[in-house]
Amino acid sequence: MSKIIVVTSGKGGVGKTTTSASFATGLALRGHRTVVIDFDVGLRNLDLIMGCERRVVYDFVNVIQGEAKLQQALIRDKHCPELYILPASQTRDKEALSKEGVGEVLETLREEFEYIVCDSPAGIERGAQMAMYYADEALVVTNPEVSSVRDSDRILGIMDAKSRRAEAGEDPITKHLLITRYIPERVAAGEMLSIDDVLELLAIPLIGVVPESESVLQASNAGIPVIHDKDSTSGQAYDDVVARFLGEERPLRFLEPEKKGFLKRLFGT
Amino acid sequence: MGMHTHAGPAPAIDFKGAVFTLPVLHLYQGDPEAVTRALERHLAQGLRFFDGAPVVVDLSAIRGVAVPLQDLLGRMRRLRLVPVGVRGGDAEQHRLARELGLAVLHGHAPSEERARPEAEEKAAVSRPPRARVVEQPVRAGQQVYARGGDLILLAPVNPGAEVVADGSIHAYAPLRGRALAGVQGDVEARIFTQCLEAELVAVAGNFRLFEEDLPEEVRGRPAQVYLEGKRLVVSPLAGAGRK
Repeated sequence: MSKIIVVTSGKGGVGKTTTSASFATGLALRGHRTVVIDFDVGLRNLDLIMGCERRVVYDFVNVIQGEAKLQQALIRDKHCPELYILPASQTRDKEALSKEGVGEVLETLREEFEYIVCDSPAGIERGAQMAMYYADEALVVTNPEVSSVRDSDRILGIMDAKSRRAEAGEDPITKHLLITRYIPERVAAGEMLSIDDVLELLAIPLIGVVPESESVLQASNAGIPVIHDKDSTSGQAYDDVVARFLGEERPLRFLEPEKKGFLKRLFGT
Repeated sequence: MGMHTHAGPAPAIDFKGAVFTLPVLHLYQGDPEAVTRALERHLAQGLRFFDGAPVVVDLSAIRGVAVPLQDLLGRMRRLRLVPVGVRGGDAEQHRLARELGLAVLHGHAPSEERARPEAEEKAAVSRPPRARVVEQPVRAGQQVYARGGDLILLAPVNPGAEVVADGSIHAYAPLRGRALAGVQGDVEARIFTQCLEAELVAVAGNFRLFEEDLPEEVRGRPAQVYLEGKRLVVSPLAGAGRK
């Protein structure tokens, strides 16, 4: 039975698209046929992060409005044969997403794909609500700072009220907390919230902690999801997240502040 | 109703019974200006539970008065109330209401409806109060309202959330958002919590905003909030918990 997973946060800029790209890639690299969908109509980014922006012919809205078939819009990832991307429209607005239209496309995708990852836009309005409505599971992406936690809390409340599962009285969406852009030195200095602080407020199970890393920017510039970068701490953390999602136990990594050796302190970084 | 045929296509509708509790707006005057002013004062207390709420308009105090019902309804709707029906009016008022698309509801007999409002309130108070128990965290942007009784919280109230009760509020978990007790005017209502980190507390409309940090003796500690005359007191809960 295929699963729909929404990657959401409320707050913008916390790492939803970065996460969607690497999470979907990680699933596909393990042999699971996966599609990742950009729900950010108008401000689409997923195609850039996936490196397929020059191959977009038709998009999600075209399919919903019957202007193109799903097969014409789906883009196969160059780095990973089991992974497909459904890009968002750049020119339409979010009103083009209807509950029924989105539902129909997802039903069709369920027949072909094991995992459907929905990259949500920021906010709590239509785009974000459409992205979460049909979800079975959710990755709630949160930075360890107060406004991100507040927004994630808000989106958790909305998820409990406005999802298809909630309305149908079914089991609620399975929620996972993903802390991103974590900087151990700043947590130690009390400038960033600790993992426990975040868990105390959001009270959902933690699926992983992804450290802040320059490799993320490099990855998005190159159009290759950071999980492909074996040397990157962020990439490795995303790999851990995928493993845990699939049932493997992995200890949390990259939480300790770097102990600067004498030479490093002398020469910096 | 409720006939089911086993042959033929699936039914498109069905009628089922349900029970809803609706607020009743008692009009004591028919003058739209006076009613609007009074409504605005009432709604300005900053409580949002009347926003979009279906209300029944009780006309028993103004039977026999030529009431500009259409004007009144328009003003209520602009204040974001949703009038769904009337009761207790005279035949002409009911006829007008039906023409304007409202239901005419029959609850009590007219003579009972003309009982003075205070008498009705006293009757309500003698009913045993019910407590509402909430076991899940109240999240940012959510509001929980315990109508007619106390509110018991077994999980945290997060920053940006609001808990409201006609009676007292008992929080067996951190209270971090806004808590308003005794909102219908019960000055004896109190707020109790195991861990006070609230943004705002209020009893019967008297509120205190914690703009700066909370006082040290209650911050993050078991505490209670109550009214002493007109003064809102925030004090540690004696003997509960340790430092």
